[in-house]
Amino acid sequence: MKRIRRSRLAVLAALALLTATPRTVQAQMGTATQPETIVLASTTSVENSGLLAHILPGFTRETGIEVHVVAQGTGQALATAAHGDADLVLVHDPDAESKFIAAGHGVSRQEIAWNDFIIVGPGADPAHIAGTTDVLAALRAIAAAKAPFVSRGDNSGTDALEKRLWKPVGLDPATVSGAAAGGTMAGSVWYRDIGGGMGAALNAAAAMEAYTMSDRGTWLSFGHKADLRIVLEGDPRLLNRYDVILLNPQTHPQAKQGPARRFAAWLASPEGQAAIGGYMIAGQRLFHPESDPKP
Amino acid sequence: MSDFLALPRLTLGLLLGFDAALLRIIVLSVAVSFSATVVASVLGLPLGAALAVFRFRGRAPLILLANALLGLPPVVVGLTLYLLLSRSGPLGALGILFTPTAMVIAQFVLALPIVTALSHRAMEGIWRDYGDDLLVSGASRLRAIPHLLSIGRRESLTAVLAGFGRTISEVGAILIVGGNIAGYTRTMTTAIVLETSEGNLAFALALGLVLIALSVAVSACAFGLEARSRRTPRRGTA
Repeated sequence: MKRIRRSRLAVLAALALLTATPRTVQAQMGTATQPETIVLASTTSVENSGLLAHILPGFTRETGIEVHVVAQGTGQALATAAHGDADLVLVHDPDAESKFIAAGHGVSRQEIAWNDFIIVGPGADPAHIAGTTDVLAALRAIAAAKAPFVSRGDNSGTDALEKRLWKPVGLDPATVSGAAAGGTMAGSVWYRDIGGGMGAALNAAAAMEAYTMSDRGTWLSFGHKADLRIVLEGDPRLLNRYDVILLNPQTHPQAKQGPARRFAAWLASPEGQAAIGGYMIAGQRLFHPESDPKP
Repeated sequence: MSDFLALPRLTLGLLLGFDAALLRIIVLSVAVSFSATVVASVLGLPLGAALAVFRFRGRAPLILLANALLGLPPVVVGLTLYLLLSRSGPLGALGILFTPTAMVIAQFVLALPIVTALSHRAMEGIWRDYGDDLLVSGASRLRAIPHLLSIGRRESLTAVLAGFGRTISEVGAILIVGGNIAGYTRTMTTAIVLETSEGNLAFALALGLVLIALSVAVSACAFGLEARSRRTPRRGTA
């Protein structure tokens, strides 16, 4: 009796293993039996805004190549690729991209889309910047009013630009953040480094009635704006360009060059560009094709 | 407040609407956590029993280790596995980073100490009560382990469910080694993180309720099975 029960348990366990593993086994054999897949290390702004979900099915239909998107901040996406864990990158931090290429990780950078950054803030607008167009003056006003400002602090493309903009304002974020104050007065420090993605920063800004800088794509698709609104836009310094970069075959021989190259070429092709320009939310275009004239 | 008011409608919509993408996410969540728990149980239950039955040098440190690792931080497991499985890491040639396989490994690492420690704790007591009988009836200590697990199957079930609970609710490790790739490595928990970051807070919470319902269903099934097996009384020896 006992023996039977035990063997039944064993059979159950074996069955469980069998039913649970096919997916993972399949995944390992993916390259042989399934359509070709490439890993795209990308920024949260193109993934969370829905752009990639909008354009990728067309590419996969046309070529049979599946694109697995790992969405991270630009800093982390470039690090993932530098580790050899992606086949190409789609990011938006020109300085970090140049370093990535200079370090021998990437080749053939190509701009494929652009939009702009905006400053969003609470309706009360304590720094009185609504309607202005000079981003440096606005940051100065925020600092002078000590109005809460949420920083990504995650080494992403957005974070890198924000830090670059503070420099001419004459303010070093590291010295005014909660971390510099020993973290003891975090609530009273106006510059708040949250160390998170764009969505997390917008959620935090909504909760703290703070200002923050966002890319337009994430802002338009963001579902929890609460009292936040765009307070500043249109400064040419807020241009946000998206580049696709292939991995250097010399330093990263394992990267799937063929399909990656095909995807990069498709993004720049008339079909790809039309797909990017055709992505709208509530009648508003989130990303401009590369050829659109910039402000 | 309006988020909470929208919750019942959203959750019902999720459950009744049941679109293919959601189904895929649920199936992957369960498949990954179930696989990890099964492997962790197949190893952890006998290991816990062995720690209760055998006396050997290094036993106490092992028990201490299993208990200490109950608090193993998932992000640390994820990061360590990431560095191991990365193309530039020692196991990079396997090419399993950003696949469900990597997620199963991560969750296995998290579940093993839980199953082992809880199994050991339970089997220790049972061994005190039944150990002498088992040895007298001629079983070796090694042969006694399956008997012990059979006697303590309710306690074992708790250990297995605790392991499953750890894995199905975990997000830190699988986010790092799985990459939250849509349609491929996106699970319930990583989808909740994503929806939160997209500002779809009520929808994210509705997904959370579905996840909790799933956990309740799994526990109910397990206890149902256990209740059925209880009709045959617990006995010390065969």
